Amino acid sequence: MNFELSDEQNALQEAARDALSRIDTVAAAREALEDESKRADLWETAEAAGWTGLLVPEEQGGVGLGPLDAMLIAAEAGRTLAPVALLGHLPATLLAEGDELQQLAAGEKRGAFVPAMPPTDLDHAWTVDPQSGLRRSPAPSLDGNKVTGRVHWVPDAAKADLLVVIAVDGTEPKAVVIDPSQGGVKVEPVVSYDQTRPMAHVEFDAAEGKVVSASADDIARAWSVAQGLIAAESLGSVEEALERSVQYSKERYTFGRQIGSYQAVKHALVEVLRLMENARSLMYYAGWAGQDSPEQFTLAAHAFRVGAGEALDFASRELISVHGGIGATWEHDAPLFFRRAQLSRRLLGGTASAADRVAGELLAEAGARPAA
Amino acid sequence: MDLNDTPEQAEYRAKVRSWIEANKAGAPGLGGAELGKEEAWIAERRDWQRKLAEGGFAGVTWPAEFGGQGLGPINQVIITQELQEAGVPGILDVIGIGMLGPTVIAHGTDDQKQRYLAPMLAADEVWCQLFSEPAAGSDLAGIQTKAEVQPDGSWKLNGQKVWTTNAHFASYGLILARTNSDVPKHKGMSMFIVPMDAEGVTIRPLRQITGEAEFNEVFFDDCVIPADAVVGPVDGGWMVALTTLLFERLAIGAGSEGFGYRADRFAAAIASDPVAAADHDVRHRLGKLATDLLALRFTGFRHLTAIERGGLPGSEAALGKVTAVKAAIAAGDLIADVIGPDALAEGEWAYLISFLPGLKSAGGTEEILRNMVGERVLGLPTEPRLDKGIPFNELRALEKEGASA
Ligand SMILES: Cc1cc2nc3c(=O)[nH]c(=O)nc-3n(C[C@H](O)[C@H](O)[C@H](O)COP(=O)(O)OP(=O)(O)OC[C@H]3O[C@@H](n4cnc5c(N)ncnc54)[C@H](O)[C@@H]3O)c2cc1C
Repeated sequence: MNFELSDEQNALQEAARDALSRIDTVAAAREALEDESKRADLWETAEAAGWTGLLVPEEQGGVGLGPLDAMLIAAEAGRTLAPVALLGHLPATLLAEGDELQQLAAGEKRGAFVPAMPPTDLDHAWTVDPQSGLRRSPAPSLDGNKVTGRVHWVPDAAKADLLVVIAVDGTEPKAVVIDPSQGGVKVEPVVSYDQTRPMAHVEFDAAEGKVVSASADDIARAWSVAQGLIAAESLGSVEEALERSVQYSKERYTFGRQIGSYQAVKHALVEVLRLMENARSLMYYAGWAGQDSPEQFTLAAHAFRVGAGEALDFASRELISVHGGIGATWEHDAPLFFRRAQLSRRLLGGTASAADRVAGELLAEAGARPAA
Repeated sequence: MDLNDTPEQAEYRAKVRSWIEANKAGAPGLGGAELGKEEAWIAERRDWQRKLAEGGFAGVTWPAEFGGQGLGPINQVIITQELQEAGVPGILDVIGIGMLGPTVIAHGTDDQKQRYLAPMLAADEVWCQLFSEPAAGSDLAGIQTKAEVQPDGSWKLNGQKVWTTNAHFASYGLILARTNSDVPKHKGMSMFIVPMDAEGVTIRPLRQITGEAEFNEVFFDDCVIPADAVVGPVDGGWMVALTTLLFERLAIGAGSEGFGYRADRFAAAIASDPVAAADHDVRHRLGKLATDLLALRFTGFRHLTAIERGGLPGSEAALGKVTAVKAAIAAGDLIADVIGPDALAEGEWAYLISFLPGLKSAGGTEEILRNMVGERVLGLPTEPRLDKGIPFNELRALEKEGASA
């Protein structure tokens, strides 16, 4: 039994914290609210630290680490709301191959995963997030090497040099590497509410690409890794939100007492702690399953997404409440974490669909045959 | 990370498994006692604990000199896992073996250890925890049961305990009583061992919401116990009680899976209904509560890792009970929503639903746990208290005044 981080993982986490502390990304996030060009971009930090090739085998020019290592770095990025572009890039490196993979691993090119959500026990299609509404859109279609379709809210796609697009040939999902600068590709940058998370809507009109050998399982795994990464970012944000909330609750006095001595405040902060510790355990579960128990990885990664999402929803609101009026002001940092929470829960399928998948996995294992 | 057994653990697991295989034909069922058949149930479970003890699978973390195996918590976990896997129950006297025995080991005299530990292990003598009183649960140091020293050095007990699990078939109780009312409340208590069949002890079963009577109220009227019944120093009982409560917290935190609150079990209850299995609201609720239960399981592995590395899990481990209760309540609600009123009539879901409100209070209420974790883990300031430094006898007068104001 060993269910804690290794010494190497602790060192990786510390190094990431250190590297990310050199730029005040939280301050940049606030400035970017007024002027988008002020948004930080830590691609160079990621490149210098070797994170761009983190999940790529050493023979291909990468570092050859696993999903847990990637999640640890994502958590550190989430702590400082740092835009490092790994959410789009890392899953892309799981699917690309050959020269492109080496370029992605080295950080010479930025990748972006243009994801499709795998089928569930109820919905047998590969789908993408719609621009709005609850009805999911079909994943782009693939005809030979030509991709046609539209995908919305794709993290980190605006600045990507290579897109790794999931498209469906008949019913078979394929990963296609596409150069966005060519004809037939339209990348429309979008930012919504959270300035630290640049995204794009991406449209393909018979865009030519290179179909790689990744199997349906590989593609589903990339989706799960993306779930794990966005969850890890959320967990990091929760850790920071809790630290700030606790600190303020010890400094602020009302009625002659520190507000942290009032149970209404204390119990809410313990609730943040409880959700945070649960999410951390789920991150380890996802990391362990991703490495050692692939058949549980879908369940684990989605459970982590649900747990971390719930934690950030609660922690980001609590961060504002604990600060009282000042927490609700434009100038304060608390709303930046709130913005992060609000957008995150609605990306990459959203936390609600992750909960549905957790149920679906467990029900399937228990032998359920849902009525259509 | 590695969830696999080490070679020694694998060997131990194999040993446990083959023992269970050889003995499980004689094991009692997993369920609770049926109404009217409690005595037979208890007798069966006593025999089963005795068998487990003979096999070396009860009190494994106790030192060998007291009949234990001197093994680590991980060995206990392996036993629990294997018993669950085989569908057979564990020991009967969880409170004795898990909390009270270890307290005697930590604070008892050599004679007490010699006399009491072996029969406890074998379930020849079951124990109960006589701490809570009608006016003192969360605020345990407010107990009023008195122990007065007699001229011959013996002690006379007077007072009432309540919610005493297993008192109706226990041979001994570990009782916290007040020995000095002139000092502040934490300073005037002592811990004693009391035979449950002593003169002056009256035990009245209390039924729970489940309909079963697993706990009791216990009255002491001039009950005399010998001088050597004291565990730990006279007037030093609070420290002894804290030892018990520490073991209680560890036992409850680690026991969440032991209660059977598992994601797969609850999913299976829904999987058989195809309409429920396709219902979005049902799935959403199941997904969320299952997430909590998975978190609980893997948090447990983190705690075990801490223990294996020679430490203890942090105080935040107490939050495991909060998560377990919350998720199991959500599961009971969901399953009963799916099944309908039949789920409430009888059987495992009715029991689960009725048992959980009490579990929320047992072993420290949720509010008390949140206070403790907030203060110890997050370092939040304590609340001002009105009882500090005030002698116990004056405190009671103040409380009465407050209640009548
Ligand atoms: C199933 C079951 C088995 C039990 N078995 C045993 C046993 O074997 N032996 C034994 O000694 N005891 C046993 N108990 C008793 C248990 O330990 C107590 O019920 C528990 O500690 C709460 O005490 P109380 O009932 O006096 O409630 P109280 O302490 O009166 O609490 C009432 C309410 O007030 C809240 N409250 C109290 N103080 C505070 C505070 N400072 N801040 C915020 N809220 C507060 C509580 O959270 C609770 O909601 C058992 C209880 C149950 C339900």
